[in-house]
Amino acid sequence: MKKTIITVLGKDRVGIIAKVCVYLSENNINILDIAQTIVDGYFNMMMVVDATASTKDHDSLADDLAKLGDELGVQIKPQREEIFDMMHRI
Amino acid sequence: MISINEVIETNEMIQKMNLDVRTITMGISLLDCIGSDVKSTCDKIYEKITTLAKDLVYTGEEISRKYGIPIVNKRISVTPIALVGGSVCKTTDDFVEIAKILDKAADACGVNFIGGYSALVSKGMTAADELLIRSIPKALASTGKVCSSVNTGSTKTGINMDAVKLIGEMIKETAELTKDDNCMGCAKFVVFCNAPDDNPFMAGAFHGVTEADCIINVGVSGPGVVKAAIETVRGQNFEVLCETIKKTAFKITRVGQLVAKEASKMLNVPFGIIDLSLAPTPAVGDSVGEILEEIGLEYAGAPGTTAALAMLNDQVKKGGVMASSYVGGLSGAFIPVSEDQKMIDAVNAGALSLEKLEAMTCVCSVGLDMIAIPGDTKATTISGIIADEMALGMINQKTTAVRIIPAIGKDVGDQVEFGGLLGYAPIMPVNRFSCDAFVNRGGRIPAPIHSFKN
Repeated sequence: MKKTIITVLGKDRVGIIAKVCVYLSENNINILDIAQTIVDGYFNMMMVVDATASTKDHDSLADDLAKLGDELGVQIKPQREEIFDMMHRI
Repeated sequence: MISINEVIETNEMIQKMNLDVRTITMGISLLDCIGSDVKSTCDKIYEKITTLAKDLVYTGEEISRKYGIPIVNKRISVTPIALVGGSVCKTTDDFVEIAKILDKAADACGVNFIGGYSALVSKGMTAADELLIRSIPKALASTGKVCSSVNTGSTKTGINMDAVKLIGEMIKETAELTKDDNCMGCAKFVVFCNAPDDNPFMAGAFHGVTEADCIINVGVSGPGVVKAAIETVRGQNFEVLCETIKKTAFKITRVGQLVAKEASKMLNVPFGIIDLSLAPTPAVGDSVGEILEEIGLEYAGAPGTTAALAMLNDQVKKGGVMASSYVGGLSGAFIPVSEDQKMIDAVNAGALSLEKLEAMTCVCSVGLDMIAIPGDTKATTISGIIADEMALGMINQKTTAVRIIPAIGKDVGDQVEFGGLLGYAPIMPVNRFSCDAFVNRGGRIPAPIHSFKN
């Protein structure tokens, strides 16, 4: 299973998580974990997802999420999990 | 599982602190491209580079998208051309033809620099080595992406002073030939002592003869990340400071390791080394000078600078070696003047002189880098500066280098603009006393006593 981390960063508003979740479910992407916090007044959310069963490749997922982020006024970006694993785990 | 704080930390490093993979450099051996004449050699070189490196830029971009980390440069290094062209090049113009084909191949692959227009002459020069060195001014003036280097000394061989003398003259000539372009040719030429075979950084990258046919080397950078990390321990003692730098260096290098492994897999080319270097850019927050200031110096160049830099360099290496088993020999801090806003400020404030920089190069990653000096500086003086730097490398068993730009028509108080990642440099004063008789002696300086380890 290849995990992807989706981060959402921006000003909080109603429906951000809902919109992202709908997009993910429509594209057969399974959510494994969600966490959120506020840093410097900004909404930060992280989702760990499994996109193995999805037909979307990483690039089109990134494009779609960026577009969705524009609509919601936040920044959404997917990154493969390995970059975080490498940096924070020995 | 990864926590949200770890995700935020990584992304802040990338977005706010300019963490990036500075370069993916593909090293390509051209030893099998030697043909029966210049034309057939050029054809083979073009064919081999454009075949092996055709997907390099695309692969770099794909990795960048996948992990959300910028990969700034994609580059190529090749076997020193003096070896490749040795049997077919009879004139300097023959060598320039090879430089032009390298430039064309770099264009075709979409990379921003190609390194390896080089000669290794630490003990003596062959006829081909000398021809190549004499062709450097024209080669750099008639190409855009070709970078050149010459290794003129090593701890094992001593210093080839004939080559050092010749190079002083060639640097002047290169500056003259490219004076309408801010003497840009000199920014693409570096002279080394103890040059490593697997350096991913320009202008000094070449693909050593001891290397495999094709390899991937990665250079990671992140002075901004180190600066931000040590801001959190302001006022605390050296133990805390060192620990902080080491941990940060570890994290940065791990990203490089990931990118290197991925690039190596995608391109089906073995992975060589990761070079973790704090390499500044002119961007605010991407400066080694700024780290030195954060450590506690008013300006880079103030008393204590050499000690601070020695400590920084050592901690960067210590963090890096834990993060990857194949860390490159140059890892540490680069101190190019023109590419680092805080170093430029230090020069302008009168805090940083050429002599202090020379002392700093004893403990930093490489050497006198991107330094502009008055255009009327004599060739022998440039050779003298090079000889000093080569001696530091030879005696201290480290890599040292000089990339110096005599800015034609300019003097102390002026500045020279290179643009882009190369930045701009204030002209620094040079010691005006003569070293003519020293440089003109000729011959070589023997290897030092501690080279006799056997």
